[in-house]
Amino acid sequence: MSVTVKIPTPLRPIAGGRAELNVEGATVGEVLNKVDAQHRGFAEKVLEGGSVRRFINVYVNEDNIRDHKELETPVKNGDTISILPSIAGGL
Amino acid sequence: MSKSFRDVLSQVKKEIRETTVHEVDRAITERRDFVLLDVREKEEWDEGHLPGATFLPRGFLEVKVEKTVPDKNTPIILYCAGGVRSALAAKSLQELGYSDVLSMAGGYGEWKNNGLPFEVPEKLTKNKLARYSRHLKIPEVGEAGQLKLLQSKVLLVGAGGLGSPAGVYLAASGVGTIGLLDSDVVDESNLQRQILHWSSSVGMPKVDSARRTLFEVNPEVKVRTHHTRMDASNVLDIMQEYDVVVSGSDNFATAYLVNDAAVLLRKPVLYGSIFRFDGQASTFVPYEGPCFRCLYPQATPPDLAPSCDEAGVLGVLPGVIGLIQATEAIKVLLKIGEPLVGRLLVYDALSMSFKTFKVRRDPNCATCGEDAHIDLEAIPEFVCASGVR
Repeated sequence: MSVTVKIPTPLRPIAGGRAELNVEGATVGEVLNKVDAQHRGFAEKVLEGGSVRRFINVYVNEDNIRDHKELETPVKNGDTISILPSIAGGL
Repeated sequence: MSKSFRDVLSQVKKEIRETTVHEVDRAITERRDFVLLDVREKEEWDEGHLPGATFLPRGFLEVKVEKTVPDKNTPIILYCAGGVRSALAAKSLQELGYSDVLSMAGGYGEWKNNGLPFEVPEKLTKNKLARYSRHLKIPEVGEAGQLKLLQSKVLLVGAGGLGSPAGVYLAASGVGTIGLLDSDVVDESNLQRQILHWSSSVGMPKVDSARRTLFEVNPEVKVRTHHTRMDASNVLDIMQEYDVVVSGSDNFATAYLVNDAAVLLRKPVLYGSIFRFDGQASTFVPYEGPCFRCLYPQATPPDLAPSCDEAGVLGVLPGVIGLIQATEAIKVLLKIGEPLVGRLLVYDALSMSFKTFKVRRDPNCATCGEDAHIDLEAIPEFVCASGVR
């Protein structure tokens, strides 16, 4: 299963500056671990104690994995995983 | 020999049913299920009409009634000025197959003579008709919608990047009252994006600079300024004066404070945030959809957020996001379209893409969940997360 992982701007420095990566995996957790294997420290920024940090949402296509099976949420060929952290700029 | 009008009228009155002003008054008071149609002319309607009546002048009655009252078994009461036109109208409706039609004897004259309540429709003045003519041409806005906007009160939390485009366009659109909350003064580095403030505004409190701009845009808009930092002690007093809140602050503490207070007061929040080339927007309507805390239960901690120095923003980015917030404000105020309730809109200026993601209400949300306990004092202060200052 090849999926596209969209990297948010704040995490691009630890993902080699890339805006998106193509990664193999059957679940969201597997995919994020693959990204971490390529870019050490990536998973730690997104995950804490085996689940997604509370100021970040991870989506498979339009759906938040919190509303499905969290990191066990399955992915299929061509899916897009988006990682969206809370941002607070207004001014 | 042809019949006289008197003959026709007396014949019609035998074929229809009439009711009295007192019976109609009771039907209105008891909220009975019926449609009240005013068949007079526009000038007569404009001088006053029965509460809850629908304007359908007799000249258009047969043409338009099937759209106004699709179910021909709906009880209908018709009135005019004195009971003649409504009698003739009742006859027409019966011929169209309406089964339960009454004409109010004595009409609006008799109604007023009995001291019964009436409403005078609000009208746009001639200069407002001109100013808002492009709104009036849109059926979803129209005169009623424009009057609604003129009566609406919108609070802008932050008169900066997002508050600037939102404020300018909401003022131009004729939102009657705009509240500006900001404790800052205008800095030269703001001018790259904060279009409420001009080069000559540097050093002025942002709320005063913004008031000056909004006055130039639309002098009829009432601008209220709150030159203060929002905190637990003032948020409820300030926010309760307004219908909706445009959340465009530069820090998480204020974003959560706005959210929690808005849930307490049940005020819709038009949310937006920006960072470099990225923007997010959503519309939080308390208890109808998720709130900000359902979306992000916690703020990004300062050590994981980019530092203040890194937090740049493309100057035009807040223009896009702030106007999405303003658009959502107008939609919520006019109850039109599908606001971003339960959806997060994510804008990427570099790839020029807009995507929406589903956001569900969190049953365990600390603000709007089943066991929520809102404590405004408990919201921690963040000096600078990824905020763009």
